[in-house]
This record gives sequence, structure tokens and C-alpha cells, in this order.
Amino acid sequence: MGTTASQLRKDLLSEYQELTFLTKQEIILAHKRFSELLSKEDRNIPTPRVPMEKVLSLPELKSNPFRKRICHVFSTSDMKDGSLTFEDFLDLLSAFSDSATLEIKSHYAFRIFDFDDDGTLDGGDLEKLVNCLTGETDGTRLTTEEMRQLISNILEESDIDKDGTVNLSEFQHVISRSPDFVSSFKIVL
Amino acid sequence: MERDSVFHNDRLGAPRNPLLDELPSYQSLLYRRKPSASGSTKRRGSSRTRLGSSSSGKWGQTTVARQYEEKHRTQTLQRPVRELPKPMAEKRRDKDQRLEQAKDLSSWSQWRQSTRRTLRRLKEDGFEMLSNLELWRGDIHVIEGMFGTGILSYFSFLRFLVLLNFVMFLLMFGFVMLPIITAPHASGNTTFNHVDGFECSNYPSTSRRGLVVFHQHITDLLSGAGFLEQTYLFYGYYKVETIHFPKFTYNLPLAYLLVTIAYLFLSLIWIVKRSATGFKRKLVQDEDRFQSFCNKIFAGWDFCIVNDSAARLKRSSLLYELKTDLEEERIKQKIADRTRKEKCRIYVIRLILNLFVIAVLAACFYSIYIATNFSQKAQMTKVNFILDLIYEYLPSIVITLANFITPLIFSLIIQFEDYSPAFEIRFTLMRCVFMRLTSICVLLVSLWGQITSCQEGNCVCGYNHILYPCWESRVGQEMYKLMIFDFLIIGAVTVFVEFPRKLIVDYCDCGLAKWWGQQEFAIPQNVLEIVYGQTICWIGTFYCPLLPAICTIKYFIIFYIKKVTLVNNCRPATRPFRASSSNFFFLAVLLIGLALACVPVTIGIAQISCSQACGPFINYTTSWEVVPRTVSQLPAGARTFLLAISSEAFAVSLFVITCLAMFYVIALAGAHKRVINQLREQLVMDGRDKRFLIQKLCQAQRTCAIRSTGSGFQSHSSDRVSPSYRSNSGVFLVQPPPDSATHV
Repeated sequence: MGTTASQLRKDLLSEYQELTFLTKQEIILAHKRFSELLSKEDRNIPTPRVPMEKVLSLPELKSNPFRKRICHVFSTSDMKDGSLTFEDFLDLLSAFSDSATLEIKSHYAFRIFDFDDDGTLDGGDLEKLVNCLTGETDGTRLTTEEMRQLISNILEESDIDKDGTVNLSEFQHVISRSPDFVSSFKIVL
Repeated sequence: MERDSVFHNDRLGAPRNPLLDELPSYQSLLYRRKPSASGSTKRRGSSRTRLGSSSSGKWGQTTVARQYEEKHRTQTLQRPVRELPKPMAEKRRDKDQRLEQAKDLSSWSQWRQSTRRTLRRLKEDGFEMLSNLELWRGDIHVIEGMFGTGILSYFSFLRFLVLLNFVMFLLMFGFVMLPIITAPHASGNTTFNHVDGFECSNYPSTSRRGLVVFHQHITDLLSGAGFLEQTYLFYGYYKVETIHFPKFTYNLPLAYLLVTIAYLFLSLIWIVKRSATGFKRKLVQDEDRFQSFCNKIFAGWDFCIVNDSAARLKRSSLLYELKTDLEEERIKQKIADRTRKEKCRIYVIRLILNLFVIAVLAACFYSIYIATNFSQKAQMTKVNFILDLIYEYLPSIVITLANFITPLIFSLIIQFEDYSPAFEIRFTLMRCVFMRLTSICVLLVSLWGQITSCQEGNCVCGYNHILYPCWESRVGQEMYKLMIFDFLIIGAVTVFVEFPRKLIVDYCDCGLAKWWGQQEFAIPQNVLEIVYGQTICWIGTFYCPLLPAICTIKYFIIFYIKKVTLVNNCRPATRPFRASSSNFFFLAVLLIGLALACVPVTIGIAQISCSQACGPFINYTTSWEVVPRTVSQLPAGARTFLLAISSEAFAVSLFVITCLAMFYVIALAGAHKRVINQLREQLVMDGRDKRFLIQKLCQAQRTCAIRSTGSGFQSHSSDRVSPSYRSNSGVFLVQPPPDSATHV
């Protein structure tokens, strides 16, 4: 199932329309942007893979603190190097599109925030998350005391079974009551 | 193998028990890990079947697991494929699987599925086409990328107001102006209002005669007098009573009144519908905090930000917000710890400052009153061009000055009142909103005072017909002037204040530049500006029917002005304004404006006698009288029905029924809340139970393992198994067979 650099086949286009939340125009635009990332040799192989560094050069991802996690989550590569095929790229855009359901968005958000990939958000994940949000340098971090207070507040609000971690159901529950999530978890090319 | 455990090893202090992977609750939480060639659907299906054959059947889990699997499969079948969180290859496989399964179904259900699919695709194509027609989509996308969703909500609010005003204009045009314009072409016979020749119906022409100097035209354009007064722009021009078309008669006064009520209702319904989600969440959430920490952390980053500097600023604003919120928690604690003496002192201070605020407001309102009276008197005598213009615009100037000074005073005062930071902001905003919107009402009240005060005490015609032969047009002119002045001020502030500020800050290194700093796009003040304009539009449309059209054009231009100043002059605010609370705030302020606008309109329609020299209501005492008169001319059935609806009996019974419904719903909500709390406690207990049981299990496994290594593999014999002590079955799982179900 290859895609040539110039055109996307019509049947593939309608299949992608059915399997993702993207509209026809968005898929065509995504194809164009993806082709720009490919190097000359890659254009002729059937399912080209773009290395993570090239994906991170997209303007939509360049300033995002979660860009590496996003690539890792959506990548289907066996070598876990965060490289994306065109279909991975479409999956990414579909999850971040306007019409994606809240369940899909919260599912992928959970996986992006789960820095150690263990299926739950524990204190370490939350701390890394907050540091990503506020900045990596020393001047922009919270103090240890503030971080502790913040994490205990978050766990108090979201940890229903009081086991010290936030699992997927608890995360989805707290996201369903968060009014800003749908509008902020969006990437449009 | 990766750790998929629900519970961490460290806390249990025991080696990971593969039993945990078989728990039904864990299986339902599983999400796809690495994409293996077999795919997760196969894994889930096969693991369940293999579970059946393994010796863990003693737990009776197979039936439970199978039930779960069935439920999951039927659940996933009902949802479209694209809503499954799997990569594309798996979704494709799922889709092919479903198509295969669908072939087994009857042709009827096949046809039904395919029609459902085509309908859905048609709907999506339709929505795609509609969204392409959306106004300013590209511009808003750019703003979103540069500044985030908080400022974006301001611009989408502006777009909403443009649409609202355009629809209001279409209503007015379609029902009031179009019949008049098309009457000659559609062979309609218009009967005009009978002007009696009483002294009340004397309407001297205000159009200028003779040689008109050019600047007088400009004065007329800016004040709505002179050549503009006798145009479609103002109420006075609509002298038509009925239009007799070939098939029916069109009662224009009735149409005029009903359109006024209709546009107020339409605005109300549209705003409430738009804010429905925001209100629902606010009412349903039982926490006081609208923006909880989870909302800030999990939904904190705007993924649409494209700009590097915007990302940096977003980070610093998030840091600031988190620090402030944590600080606020500490302040709340401090407030709770206040002694009684401190409380008394603070309450006294607050009382004094609130009295001061009321005094400031009263002073502003009084100055608006004086300015209006002075302006009305000064319009009788013409001095020269510039002074005339200033006298015309005196009320607008005073209102604008008051609206400029009072927020500064309020933000200064609130620092002494010792509230929590979030409450400070909200309270200051409320005061500013009140100030802005009430100033229009004060203007109108002083205007009406002028109109209904005659020299002899009791007015002959119900209003001062000497000074105001057509008072509705005068009110319309005042509203028109307010609107024009508001627009000019917004443009002037942008050109003469914001651009020079940017130039000074960029190129000049003096202390002034450093102290002033770069312009921040202050969302609350900008929103108040446009809500103020919209309130003027709602009040003024009855007296100046083309006002919505002017308002549409005004907001259209303001969009581009604000966009230019945002992109060139502003940096994002250090205090972030969240999109969700912004939407709630904007629509709440708009509703307050609408409520405040309804009051003058109602009084103007129902209370004050309409002028008898101009307008469609010459033959009625008040504008509202059209309705009873028309109702009395309706056929008997409709008349009794309408009278029954407006009677007291109906109103009282409707009120009682609404109260009952409300009580029922409140009781239901309370019961649900109690159930939710109970379920929460139960979940905590169940979690603890689970941990306790697993600890016991691990202990038992350890002791059994020690015993079994000591006495060989005799533990395999089933004689040893006692049904009450289940730990023996756990022994099988300590040394799992190589093809265990849970490992891939």
C-alpha cells in the first residue's frame, strides 16, 4: 500500500476518510506536508518512514514540549525510534483533529503523559509533566515544596481509588469534566 | 516484558504476580502496547480462550473473562472503526473483519448499514462545506497559533456578534423596510398616518435650506440630524399605517413592534444556546473551583501554538498561574485562620471602601445626567462648527472618560480590601461591567426626563412637543451618536496610543518606556467595550432601525483593527485567560447587557406616550397599544385563546408547575450526589481490599514456594489442595507454563 509522492489514490483517500476523523482536504494537505519531509531516495519506496528529527521540524510540533512523546506514542516502528509512516502521521492528525471524540483524545493524552510507559500516571510522571509545562531550565521550575503540594492536589482531585496513581479510567473521568481539554488538545495543519 | 501492572511493585514489596494481569478490571484497562504482527485483537481474543484452558480456571475467571470479551466486542462493533484508539493497520483489519461479519447478516441489515454509512459521509461533506464558509477562518487560525486559545475566544466572540447583528438587520429589513420599499412594485396601496394638524402633530422640517456649508453636512452625518433625520435611519420616517397588497393587508406598526420583541428573544435564545455547555459544567461541578488543578495541568498546554516565542510565554504564564494558585491555597488557609479582631477590621475597611465606590459611581452618573441636560439645551443654539460637535457629543465624551477612569480607581481600591487574588479580579470586573452598562441607562433616564418635562408642568401631548416634536428620532440620534463615538474612540486609541507606545518601547530606552512596558492585550476591557456597543445596539434598534447594520460593519472593521494591533503591538498577557472560563464570562456579561437593554426598551414601548407627529404609532397612545387593538380584531377563537394565555390564572398555574419541576430536579440532583459519594467511598475500599488480598496472596505464595522447594514437587498433587485455602492454586502460577496466556 504505497503512496506516490505526487498523488494519493482515490480509493486510499476514501479509506482514510473512513478510518480517521480527517476531511478530504485535510488528508490531501497532510500528504503534501508529509511528502515534503521525505528525502529524495525515500520517495520511491512503498511505505516510507520519516525519522523523528524530521518530524520534529514541522512548525506545528517544533515548539511543543511533548513533541518527542507524541512521536513515540504514534510511531509503529519496531525499533521504537519515533519514526512515522504516512499512516502514523494521519493517526496523529486524526487524534488531534477538531472532530475526534473526547475518548480518543483522552486515551492518547494519557499515553503521551505516561512518560515511563507503565500504564499509570504516578508521581514521577506528573512531575515530569509539570516540568515540561513550565520549562526545563532551573529558573522556570517550581520549588520542591510547591511541586509536592501541586502533585498532592492533583492526586486528590483525580485519584478516586486512592492508590497514589492515576489510571486510564480516572484520567478519562477527570478529563470529561475539564472544560478546556477539547479546545486545547488540537493540532490543525 | 514490559510492566503492564496496575499496581506498582515497589509498594507491594513482592515480585509481580501474573495473576494481576488476569484481573477483569485490568484487562479492561489494557490499551495496545507495541504493534506486534499478531495485533491486539488477536491477543485479546486468544488470551481469553487460552485462559479457559489454563489451570487458573479454579478462579472461575474464564466465564467472567469471556463475558467481558463479549461485551467489549459488541461495544466496539457498535462504534465506528475510527473511534478505536489503534493504529491505522489495525483499524483496517477491524474494518475488513466487520465487513466479513456483515456478509453473514441478512441483506436488510446490510442495506441498512450501507445507507447509514453513506448518510454519515454526506453529513460530513456537508459540514466540511459549511465550515469553509465560516468567516475569518484563516485569520483566527493564525491568531490561535500565535497567542493560544484564551485570546482566540475573544475573536470568536466578536465573530458571533457580527453574525448576531447581521441577523437582526435582516429581521428588521425583511419585515419593516422591505414591505415599504416593494409596495409600489407589488401593486400595494400604502395608507399613511393621518396627520391632524393639532399642535401635537406639528413636525417642523429639520433639513437645511438654502446654501449649506460643507462642514454642516459632516455635522449632520456625525450627529444624525439634518439630512439624515428624515431617512430610513430613524423611527420618524416610518409613517406608514397599513399596506394593502392584493392578497392581504400588512399592518406595519404591529410588524415594527413584533420585530423588536423578536430580536430581543432571538438574541436571548442564541446566547443561551451558545453558553449551554459552559453553564452546564459550572452547575454540575460540585467543586467551587471552576479551574481545578487537573484542568490546568492536563489541559494546560495549547497544542495549537506554533510560534516559539508564544510557546515560551505560554510556559511562563503557566508557571505564573500555578504559583499564583498554590499561593492562593495558602492565602485561603490564612484567611481561615484569621482572628475575630482582624475580621472586624477587614469588614470595616471593606464597608468604607464599598461606600467610596458607590460614591464614585454616583458622581459619574450625576455628571452624565448634567452633561446630557446641558447637551440637549445647547443643541438649540448653534455657535460654531467645532463647539456644536462637542456639545452634541458631550454625553458620549463624559461616558467614555468615566469608563476610562473608574477601572483604574477600582483596581487601586481592591488592593486594600484583602480578598483572594481570583476574587479580586472577578469583583473588579463586575464593578466595571456595572459601571459601563448602567451609564447608558442613566443617559436614557436623563433624556427621558428632558422629554417629559414641560414648562407648564403637565404636558399636553404627554411629552414636550415644542422641543421634541419627534422624540423617538431624538433618542435614536443619541444612540447613533454613542455608537459612532465608540467606534471612533476604539480606532483613535489604537492609532494614537498603541502604535506610538510600541514605537517608544522599541526604539527609546528611557525610563518611561521601561515603566510603561509593552502593551498587553487585556481581554476583559476589550470584551466590555464590545458588549457596551452591543447593548447600545439592542436599545437603539427600536428608535433607529438601521443600527444593526451599522453595528455589523463596525464590528467587522474592529476585528481587523484588533487583529492588527494584537499582532503588531501586543504580547500575551501574563495572567492567562482560559478559553472555557472566557466563554462563560463573555456570554454572562452579554446576558447582563441584554437584560439591562430590555428595561429601557420595555419602558419606551409600554410607558411613554409615543409622539404624534411622526412614526408608525401616531394613532396610538403608547406603542404597545397596537397589540390589544389587533387582538380585539382577531376572530373570536384566537382572541379568547390569547386572552386566556395572558390572564393571571394561567400565569400563576404556570409558575406553580415550574416551581414543582424545579424542586423535583433539585431533589434528584441531591440524590445523585449522595450516590456518587457512596460509590467513591466504595471504590476506595475496594482498592484497599484488592491490595490487602494480593499482599496475603504473595505471602502465601512465598511460604508455599519455600515449602515446595523443601519437599519436592509434591505440591502438584491435588490431595493437598484444600478448597478453603486457595493459595495452592496460586502455586501453579508461580511457575507458569511457557505458553501462559498473559505473556506475548
